[in-house]
Amino acid sequence: MAASPIDLGSAKTRLQQDFFQLFGLTARFQLDSTLLDQRYRALQTQVHPDKFAHLPEAERRLSMQWATRVNEGYQMLRSPISRGRYLLKLHGVDTQEETNTAMPVDFLIEQMEWREAVQEAMQAREISVLEALESRLSHQTRVLQEQLGDKIDVAQDYIAAAGDVRKLRFLEKLAEEIASAFDEIDN
Amino acid sequence: MALLQISEPGLSTLPHQHRLAVGIDLGTTNSLVATVRNGISVVLNDADGRALLPSVVRYLPDGEVQVGEGAQVAQNEDPANTIVSVKRFMGRGLRDIGDVSGSPYRFVDSASTGSGQGPGMVQLRTVAGVKSPVEVSAEILKQLRLRAEAALGGELVGAVITVPAYFDDAQRQATKDAAKLAGLNVLRLLNEPTAAAIAYGLDNASEGVYAVYDLGGGTFDISILRLSRGVFEVLAANGDSALGGDDFDHRIYCWVLEKNNLPPLGAHDIRLLLTRARAAKEELSDHAETRITAVLSSGEVIDNVLTQHDFHEMSRNLVARTMQPLRRALRDAGLKADEIKGVVMVGGATRMPQVQHAVAEFFQQAPLTNLDPDKVVALGAAIQANVLAGNRSGDDWLLLDVIPLSLGIEIMGGLTEKIVPRNSTIPTARAQEFTTFRDGQTTLSVHVVQGERELVADCRSLARFELRGIPPMVAGAARIRVTFQVDADGLLSVSAREMTSGVEASVVVKPSYGLSDDEISRMLQDSFSHAEADMRARALSEAKVEAERLLEAVAAALAEDGGLLSAQERAAVDARMDALRARLAGDAASAVKMATDGLNLATAQFAARRMDASVKRALTGHRLDELDV
Repeated sequence: MAASPIDLGSAKTRLQQDFFQLFGLTARFQLDSTLLDQRYRALQTQVHPDKFAHLPEAERRLSMQWATRVNEGYQMLRSPISRGRYLLKLHGVDTQEETNTAMPVDFLIEQMEWREAVQEAMQAREISVLEALESRLSHQTRVLQEQLGDKIDVAQDYIAAAGDVRKLRFLEKLAEEIASAFDEIDN
Repeated sequence: MALLQISEPGLSTLPHQHRLAVGIDLGTTNSLVATVRNGISVVLNDADGRALLPSVVRYLPDGEVQVGEGAQVAQNEDPANTIVSVKRFMGRGLRDIGDVSGSPYRFVDSASTGSGQGPGMVQLRTVAGVKSPVEVSAEILKQLRLRAEAALGGELVGAVITVPAYFDDAQRQATKDAAKLAGLNVLRLLNEPTAAAIAYGLDNASEGVYAVYDLGGGTFDISILRLSRGVFEVLAANGDSALGGDDFDHRIYCWVLEKNNLPPLGAHDIRLLLTRARAAKEELSDHAETRITAVLSSGEVIDNVLTQHDFHEMSRNLVARTMQPLRRALRDAGLKADEIKGVVMVGGATRMPQVQHAVAEFFQQAPLTNLDPDKVVALGAAIQANVLAGNRSGDDWLLLDVIPLSLGIEIMGGLTEKIVPRNSTIPTARAQEFTTFRDGQTTLSVHVVQGERELVADCRSLARFELRGIPPMVAGAARIRVTFQVDADGLLSVSAREMTSGVEASVVVKPSYGLSDDEISRMLQDSFSHAEADMRARALSEAKVEAERLLEAVAAALAEDGGLLSAQERAAVDARMDALRARLAGDAASAVKMATDGLNLATAQFAARRMDASVKRALTGHRLDELDV
């Protein structure tokens, strides 16, 4: 069938809602992840392209837009760091992860030590050491996530919260390094 | 051609009118077609009762094409014109295939011609001319289409074609084009392990996290899926799209060469020994040893005994190569081996005991093999095809699949910037902003790549396109937003937009294999008939089917949600429906198409509002669901 232009019209209202509205959730950092999972599945059950494969082109395209948006939202809300970043954006605060490099010195030193430890474990091919580093890192990440949640939901100190997101980004990169160290040992 | 079923205007078609749809497993070694009949997925056999169609195509000098058994029988006598394991060449350039000295084919490296912007795909010189892997695969698919139409007694509404989960964009696109070339309407490209999971999951009504270990003739996939309350969610996929049963044959082949001190062989002898090697491999699945005998064209007699033990030793590192993707997939899914509830084995190569042992050892549990590993993918694909064709609306289950390899673009220094990370659930869209490098730069070249490596040179190049007409600015001032959209088939389209000026460029990523879209549609028409009248009849019948489908869909939508339209809007839709019905009585394809487009346009708002309403229902209705968890 020939492609025809679609006027999304009023659909834009819902398709352009923020992700919390899209999933029918309160815009808070603390979030019931089971509920998010359930809402995600309920939404995809309605909008997924597999439900529209036998329907005309225009509806198939609409379905792809929706399913893409729902996937994007789920991705955004599921991960604490991106949820925090997104909430701050809704409050008009840019986390400046690429530009703001003014981190506390002790935090930076600690990061360097972590990194060296990962490199050493990788070179020595010590999987158990890497695993220990990984679990320490995930503990520290959880602690920082809780602080972030308090700053956003309770203190509503969004500027300070942006600093926590920047720190979490460091930890996220470190986790990626550990993952690629595992890969490297595997090779 | 089967008669089209056209319902009387004004009456909606029977709600459960069965639409003919099939699932096709286009395999490296064998291909199959299956369908859902009376609610049960069944493989369709050929006239001789055979389920497996060997994926072998032979080109004859008179232009005739043999597919399947007939071609397979001839592979030793006519190796250069008999193409086996063509799947290995799909979406691949000559460089990717590597050492071709052991191959009986005459390769041609296709330049970037036609509409493709991507790297060239290899082609094969045969007695019937140069053939692309897409054309060869289309012959196999066409054979299966004919088999299905004969068995089901009608034209197919569409097909689900399976691909290895680890297939990249070029390989997927090539597969979809082959299906189109075979005259199939592709409802969806489905990942093979996911198809297997559907067949298993629906059969066993299982809940929990499962691993699907799929070792086929030429590809290896591992998928980790969570099954819960009718949702199949792929958590991670990994694999090796150039590792399969063929490689085990090759080990035995090399062993024979070494054992007998053979000089470089001709195409005929290579094919003969590879055939013997495969037979030996299969024999060793349930025998302690096997005898390999052959008479080479030189007259030399080969007579060796291979033990299971020696075979396991020589193939040890092939089995080990499957373990690395397995560990990666688990890590990506954030799971440990002991959290996997069951392991499904798929693909004929998983019959090898050393493979089963290795998998059992890794997961500390015996893998599930209660469905035929050769058929399970086709069976699952048929179940999905049945749903996609609209045959099962009440029975709700949902499939959420992922993209196996990261997608990105080349940035300064030959580095890859990932835009869509691997294991993102599809469909997905991601955007990222880039800027210019030089003062006054008016063109930006976008090089789209796929893979996990940091250097562009180590990733697969998918497409190149240019964004022109960027207003001259100082370096770093332009804001160029590059958007990747991956659809539910896992296929990518990319667009770039300069945000301050609004200049845009986009590309549907498509590998080049010397076939342009026009060529494909010409060949497609040729494949049906040379007579123009037939072509016109086909165009008309297709337009009518499409129109019928739309009328049916709109009628059903109005019955359900007519209240979402004002009286005036409703009248406009009704008028368009009447206009389309009037065109259906005539025999002008273009008039039917225009009226179809008209109705599509008139109902776009309605469709958007219905989607809105169903989304709202999904959220509000959910409270009830939560209670019965």
